[in-house]
Amino acid sequence: MRSDHNRVPADLLTLTDLSKAYPGVLANDGVSMGIRAGEVHALLGENGAGKSTLVKMIYGLVKPDSGHMALDGQPYAPAEPRAARAAGVAMVFQHFSLFEAMSVAENVALGMERPPRLRDLAARIRAVSESYGLPLDPGRIIGDLSAGERQRVEIVRCLLQDPRLLIMDEPTSVLTPQEVEILFQTLRKLRDEGVAILYISHKLHEIRALCDTATILRRGRVVGTCRPAETSAREMAETMVGAAFAAPARLAGTPGDVALDLSGLSVASPAAFGTSLRNIHLSVRKGEILGIGGVAGNGQDELLAALSGELRTPADAIRLQGRPIGRLGPAARRRLGLLSAPEERLGHAAAPEMSLSENTLLSAAQREGLVARGFLRRERMRAFASRIIERFDVRTPGPDTAARALSGGNLQKFVIGREVLQRPEVLVVNQPTWGVDAAAAAAIRQALIDLAAKGAAVICISQDLDELMEISDRLGVLNEGRLSDIRDAASLTPEEIGLMMGGAHGMEVAHV
Amino acid sequence: MLRVERRPQPSRFWTWLTPPLAVAITMIAGGALFAALGENPVAAIRTIFWEPLFGEFAFYYRPQMLMKGAPLILIAVGLSLGFRAGIWNIGAEGQYIIGALTGAGVGLAFYPLDAWYIFPLMVVAGALGGWAWAMIPALLKIRFGTNEILVSLMLVYVAEQLLAQMSLGLLKNPDGFGFPGSRNLQDYAAAHNAEIIAGTGMHWGVVAALGAVIAAHVLLQRHILGFRVRLTGQAPRAARFAGVSPARLVLFCLGTAGALAGMAGMFEVSGPSGQVSIDFNVGYGFTAIIVAFLGRLNPLGILLAGLLMALTYIGGEIAQSDLGLPAAAIQVFQGMLLFFLLAVDLLTNYRLRLRTPEVAP
Repeated sequence: MRSDHNRVPADLLTLTDLSKAYPGVLANDGVSMGIRAGEVHALLGENGAGKSTLVKMIYGLVKPDSGHMALDGQPYAPAEPRAARAAGVAMVFQHFSLFEAMSVAENVALGMERPPRLRDLAARIRAVSESYGLPLDPGRIIGDLSAGERQRVEIVRCLLQDPRLLIMDEPTSVLTPQEVEILFQTLRKLRDEGVAILYISHKLHEIRALCDTATILRRGRVVGTCRPAETSAREMAETMVGAAFAAPARLAGTPGDVALDLSGLSVASPAAFGTSLRNIHLSVRKGEILGIGGVAGNGQDELLAALSGELRTPADAIRLQGRPIGRLGPAARRRLGLLSAPEERLGHAAAPEMSLSENTLLSAAQREGLVARGFLRRERMRAFASRIIERFDVRTPGPDTAARALSGGNLQKFVIGREVLQRPEVLVVNQPTWGVDAAAAAAIRQALIDLAAKGAAVICISQDLDELMEISDRLGVLNEGRLSDIRDAASLTPEEIGLMMGGAHGMEVAHV
Repeated sequence: MLRVERRPQPSRFWTWLTPPLAVAITMIAGGALFAALGENPVAAIRTIFWEPLFGEFAFYYRPQMLMKGAPLILIAVGLSLGFRAGIWNIGAEGQYIIGALTGAGVGLAFYPLDAWYIFPLMVVAGALGGWAWAMIPALLKIRFGTNEILVSLMLVYVAEQLLAQMSLGLLKNPDGFGFPGSRNLQDYAAAHNAEIIAGTGMHWGVVAALGAVIAAHVLLQRHILGFRVRLTGQAPRAARFAGVSPARLVLFCLGTAGALAGMAGMFEVSGPSGQVSIDFNVGYGFTAIIVAFLGRLNPLGILLAGLLMALTYIGGEIAQSDLGLPAAAIQVFQGMLLFFLLAVDLLTNYRLRLRTPEVAP
């Protein structure tokens, strides 16, 4: 770790002592850092470390409580994003703000102060996208584009403003490895042209591959800066978390009988721009973890719904221990031992306004005997909630706390714990560690591994390839509603998985 | 500068304190209104809130409060279940009318037989009538995805036509000299919803309303069905994940609301009103929607809100006749009460913070 910052070329953007408090939490506490022109600067930290708040202040979405910023030596205090854009600061958000029913050019025009004629704009989009190796057809409808192509729209939208500082918030979370490589080439080209790039991520190998400098945040404070290329991923991770932590341990077991079998499962998506499942075959054995990768929006939600019982299918398409269950609803499937944990914690896996104790009823009413002749057994609900809180180290005042008052990681531990403690025969989880801090993620993965070791079959749907490689025995990939062949995880390289994910989704590697 | 800030959890303290606070603010603002009209504000407020309960003629007004409050509470309790689950039955007025028609119809069919089972049969018939009327929007919603707000509301006007038809036709009093309207059930002991204790206003509808409040409270707090109702309203996706069937919930919520509204209609037609007539319905079904929300869709809250609503109606009438206040002023006053209740409600989920304005660096 180097604490002395090399300031030979003057910083483009300097942050001095920035602080921002929200009720009950100090999101940024005296943050000072500098970003130079022509560098890719990583902002590294766990969820809740204050990365988002910091960039929101730079982009004019949030006003700092104290401290000041300077751009090119001039005081810089954008009152709103428009002022930030005028000063040459652009941002690509993690969640795209695009209208699916409109074309690329129309979407770009919507974000402009004084949009030119659509035909001129289309020509400019084509020119910019080609010169940066991001081929994009301005006339295509957003709803038809892959996540990687949508991100290109956002990036091109920023590049049209000739930014001096480009902020990218977790840009690779929706990309295949091949798409990531294309993105990195574009970012390197921009850097070489003198653009400063502030790159937010918690994926250490990406930061090591791309970034020149890294600033590490923990609990709102700068806890270190380093040159990622010269620092090990482990060292950065430990600075980020503030402690050494153990990676989950996986012992190879011997898989038992087939627990869950899907044969030719096809289901239409209930959502307007959802992805229908097409002819999915898979089987998972007792004691085994089956990983299902793929970029979000390729049928993950639909697969979880079809397995949880929220979507009904032909009876024979899904068999639980040989028994056709495709027509059964969620409660009946739970009775038979098939449990699930959806991706969206608030509003799907848990009811935000209800207490943790009441939230146990969502999935554990029958298996834990929380209801007797229709009446709630509040003592047992509380006891079960307390057991989850204790066993899964959920940080909360107690079982009477409303679910929405918990942080993402703690609520996720509660949701996973609720299912795991019911001793399922088969457990299906979707994005179990999405938006969860590293320590909680490790705990959740360990819980899934332990569950499989006790003889349950686990299906883990995740976008996080590292996670899948770490815990899965076998691995398949969802791409446009189809499931690839399932292969032994140990024999796969990230590149092969990337190809299973559909490669670069029809996008060619840039030739510039 | 005042800022509104979301609380991490709804405040229990404010949940209970907001209704009395709203009443207090209404008294102040209403007093100002009456003062502006040239009335003594203290006397006016006293007339509205004090006279019906403790005034010289309280012996007459107190039973009135129960009789006006009971149908409001009975209907509102039923509606609140649906409202909590996001199922919007706006047609309680129609279910109320149909319940009165089927209830009275059964009673009149037995005329002049004197038997103990007639009145219980009428209660059942009233509930079934309201239930059946509510099943129309429910089944249409489940089968064809129609909007229950529109269907239930339009069925109110159908029910009104049916009411007129019945009072002029099938149910018309054969000994009524050709006047519209049925026989008066108050004169038919076996079918009369008489006061249980004379002079208290305590008729069977009041008993049913109290029973409904208790039953709904137990259902919502202690029973899995009530949990499903709450869950569906708060987080519909979580409800599907938990295995709640939306169709069954629609049937349950609309059915219960219809049955309770039908019972309310039956108790009214066989008691305070006495006969089926063209102008039998006076808007209890619509006012009950307000009562349900005033009571925060909570059965105990609805009990208090129903009584408060009845109180302002009766107090308002007294103020009109005794002080000569215009009817519009009374309506404004009632509107104020509603407004302040809903406005102060903000404090349960949000808090106000005093803040110095941010200074640009």
